[in-house]
Amino acid sequence: MISGPQIVRTLADLGVSHVVWVPDSTTGQWEDSLEAAEAIELLRVCREGEAWPLAAGLYLGGKTPLVMMQITGFFESGDAMRNVLFDLKLPIPSLIGYRGYLVEGSTDTARAATEPVLEAWGLSHVLIRGADDLPKLIRHWENCRDQNTPGVALLAEKGI
Amino acid sequence: MDRSSRIPLEFALEVLAAVRGESVVVTTMSTTRPWLRTNDHPLDFNYIPSTMGGGIPLALGIALAQPSREVIVLCGDGSLLMSLGSLVTVVAGGAKNLSIVLFENGIYEVTGGQKLPVTRRPIDYAAIASASGIESVIGFDTATAWQSEASDALTLPGPRLITLRVERAIDGSGDVGSMQQQIVRFRQAIGSAR
Repeated sequence: MISGPQIVRTLADLGVSHVVWVPDSTTGQWEDSLEAAEAIELLRVCREGEAWPLAAGLYLGGKTPLVMMQITGFFESGDAMRNVLFDLKLPIPSLIGYRGYLVEGSTDTARAATEPVLEAWGLSHVLIRGADDLPKLIRHWENCRDQNTPGVALLAEKGI
Repeated sequence: MDRSSRIPLEFALEVLAAVRGESVVVTTMSTTRPWLRTNDHPLDFNYIPSTMGGGIPLALGIALAQPSREVIVLCGDGSLLMSLGSLVTVVAGGAKNLSIVLFENGIYEVTGGQKLPVTRRPIDYAAIASASGIESVIGFDTATAWQSEASDALTLPGPRLITLRVERAIDGSGDVGSMQQQIVRFRQAIGSAR
């Protein structure tokens, strides 16, 4: 499990200015830390489809946003994601909760669809199982930034 | 508001162009092409291709990133209905420098004029915006009133929702240009080029 202070430190080191999010039961535990972070502004949206264009506006305005949502929200926001990452070609990184990944024998259809959908979109992604994987997350996003492409970090989760 | 009166879309845009000053203007969907016929400003962001309902969140992002600039987003009622929660998001985001100009015509103009799912009674967008916490809400249904009060409306305490009841006009013609070139020009204009 990654703690709130750990994720804030990681995002701040990466220069993230805004986290645009809809929380789930895992990332939601970071709320207090994200809200208290001096270098990062936490922006709450009402549905995931708003998150991508909001992040796009921030990026166009010179900021360095990150989108954070669960994979179910990623599915819900598919057209907005398509527009921002592929039409506008903005290299906005995201941290996506991989629902059910840590549940042995899970029959969750959200879990089953996660990697095939990301691969269908051609989105570069890494799996983050816990705090030990944070260096991997940093390398992934730095590589994507260098290549001017969006990078997805999949956060292994148990439930909703 | 007189529910039988409507403002010609082109005229509504002309008035806005005359008073926008150095504001960023974000156009979406069916406002983009008529806007482009008479406007070519580096502080314009003509959001085509876009995602339905994405105009307001995108404009909010620009407003938050550029707090010293006024940002005006032109949005149809069909787009707003796709993302009504974005009014709440605007308030939560805290941007005071954002004006949402809502072009109310009751149809999906961009797809040829099909009716919105609003058939029993008109939607009171102003009431929805007020209840969501939008600071200033004002509506116009005549060309004369819009022309005389547009400038003042854009300086009311923000964020603002300005509703314009406009004539129905299906307008799919005109080139919107390259998005990548537009992004480069826009970012240079607001000083955010990387």
